[in-house]
Amino acid sequence: MNSTVIRPPIVRIRNLTKSYQRGNQNIPVLMDIDFDIADGEFLALMGPSGSGKSTLLNLIAGIDKADTGQIVIGGVDIALLTEAELARWRSTNVGFIFQFYNLIPVLTAFENVELPLLLTALSRKERCEHVETVLRLVNLEERMDHYPSQLSGGQQQRVAIARAIITDPTILVADEPTGDLDRLSAEDILTFIDRLNREFGKTVIMVTHDPRAAEKAHLVRHLEKGVLSDN
Amino acid sequence: MGIPYSYSFRNLWTRRLTTILTASGMALVVFVFAVTMMLAEGLRKTLIDTGSYDNVVVIRKGAGSEVQSGVERSQASIVAGQPEVAIGEGGLSLLAKELVVLINLPKRISNKPANVVIRGVGPVSLALRPQVKLVLGRMPRPGSAEVIAGKNVAERFQGGGPGETLRFGMRNWTVVGVFDAGNTGFNSEIWGDVDQLMQAFRRPVYSSVIFRLRDSSGFDSVRERIEHDPRLSLEAKRETRFYADQSEAMTKFLRILGITLTIIFSLGAVIGAMITMYAAVANRTTEIGTLRALGFMRSSILAAFILESLFLGLLGGMVGLFFASFMQLVTISTMNWQTFAELAFGFNLTFEIAWKSLLFSLFMGFAGGLLPAARAAGMNIVAALRST
Repeated sequence: MNSTVIRPPIVRIRNLTKSYQRGNQNIPVLMDIDFDIADGEFLALMGPSGSGKSTLLNLIAGIDKADTGQIVIGGVDIALLTEAELARWRSTNVGFIFQFYNLIPVLTAFENVELPLLLTALSRKERCEHVETVLRLVNLEERMDHYPSQLSGGQQQRVAIARAIITDPTILVADEPTGDLDRLSAEDILTFIDRLNREFGKTVIMVTHDPRAAEKAHLVRHLEKGVLSDN
Repeated sequence: MGIPYSYSFRNLWTRRLTTILTASGMALVVFVFAVTMMLAEGLRKTLIDTGSYDNVVVIRKGAGSEVQSGVERSQASIVAGQPEVAIGEGGLSLLAKELVVLINLPKRISNKPANVVIRGVGPVSLALRPQVKLVLGRMPRPGSAEVIAGKNVAERFQGGGPGETLRFGMRNWTVVGVFDAGNTGFNSEIWGDVDQLMQAFRRPVYSSVIFRLRDSSGFDSVRERIEHDPRLSLEAKRETRFYADQSEAMTKFLRILGITLTIIFSLGAVIGAMITMYAAVANRTTEIGTLRALGFMRSSILAAFILESLFLGLLGGMVGLFFASFMQLVTISTMNWQTFAELAFGFNLTFEIAWKSLLFSLFMGFAGGLLPAARAAGMNIVAALRST
């Protein structure tokens, strides 16, 4: 008989609403969202453009503010944090993977990965050790002195992943992580994210349009006009 | 820890052409600023170096310069009798009764006339000014129509060279020697025998009495006595103070001119820097959003962009100062408004001018970068990330 392990939720969302103001018009984007994400989950958020999936991801990542509702991540209600507290919280709890990698072009791969560590109390030596370890993990230790423009799309995204995991965050948020990559590189990146989830137990929340990407996730949730539908 | 310095510095390097053009604008402003300050300083230094601390100049009370002054023979004799006057070799008082008049001489290159100081000197005048050295020819013979010319006069004025003849005071005067007084105002003078010159110019009075103090600390007592003697309507100043006062009006004018020009030019440079920095912010909106998402505070973004602008200003300042330093090789001459005489002087770059120039360039960088940096720091993270 198979035993089912019930993991506690790392993300708890209750009565979440978000709307944007366009002129005098109030445009609702998310309506009364309620759901949990278990610790170590790999969740894919899907839906058509404008359905609110990126907005939901931004709210979970703490870079946007909800109108009403509660977002509790790792026991912290991030809606109650001030801007400065939220910035500090993000630096230790959230790893970002963007569609266009968002690496800083004037910094090397090493320096890009080191960036989040500059916000910690680690010494220079400790930072170096961390960065080298993570770059080795993404098979880019040979390219640590290369600038983003000297790397392929897939390699840049791997640097971005290294930057996302360098602080060992509570959650990894990925917004269309394969959207700018060819099929082979996309497969490589998805495999890597999957490995982070399976081997290292990272909670991954990924927004994607790509059904092949969604296949890697354990759980797929759909958003339609700001409403979350069941799997 | 904030965003690394290398981020700011490398961004400037990445957009090299824009950086060079913007920094050039700032360099030009710093160049103008530094050069006018160097000019004022050069003038001040030339006039101050002209005097010696232990020498006392006695002129008519209220006269701003020797040209405006008149010291009667009897008054000069009373001054000469003061116990503070030093005695030189051979028992001679180190005191000279001198005459200063202005004449008009044409310049060698432009043929344009300019005022030149003629100084009637006594036997110890040279001993009173150790910085004055005869470099060519000989001293004029007493009682003769002979003169010696300062180096600048010999070089710049027609008839001022050795062996040449000058016409003034209705007589011809032969230049029998050239003296070099270093970087001082004496280089722009012609010296001759005081009695001959008084006759030639029909002057019954001296312009000034200069003497060396026996003891430097005796200045206050001799000044007190001279200025309160009812027979004398004279004032006594240390020679350094006397020449510093003479540079005051001109240096003040140069400084005001320099600062006015600089302020006007700097507005252009600051606007240039602002445009550059606004463009930099616009081009890096996504980067700003990313840095904020990673956890960097608004203040870190503000600091990074201000630092970038300060680098830009510093670069402009260093380039401007570098080129301004070459101006030290140039000597110019102009009329000193206090004495109405032609005075040659150089540009003098001091440590104070250098740091003020760099500080000014940093200020321009700061002023140009503040608003764009504030815009960068004020960006909404989501909006910034969406600008990809």
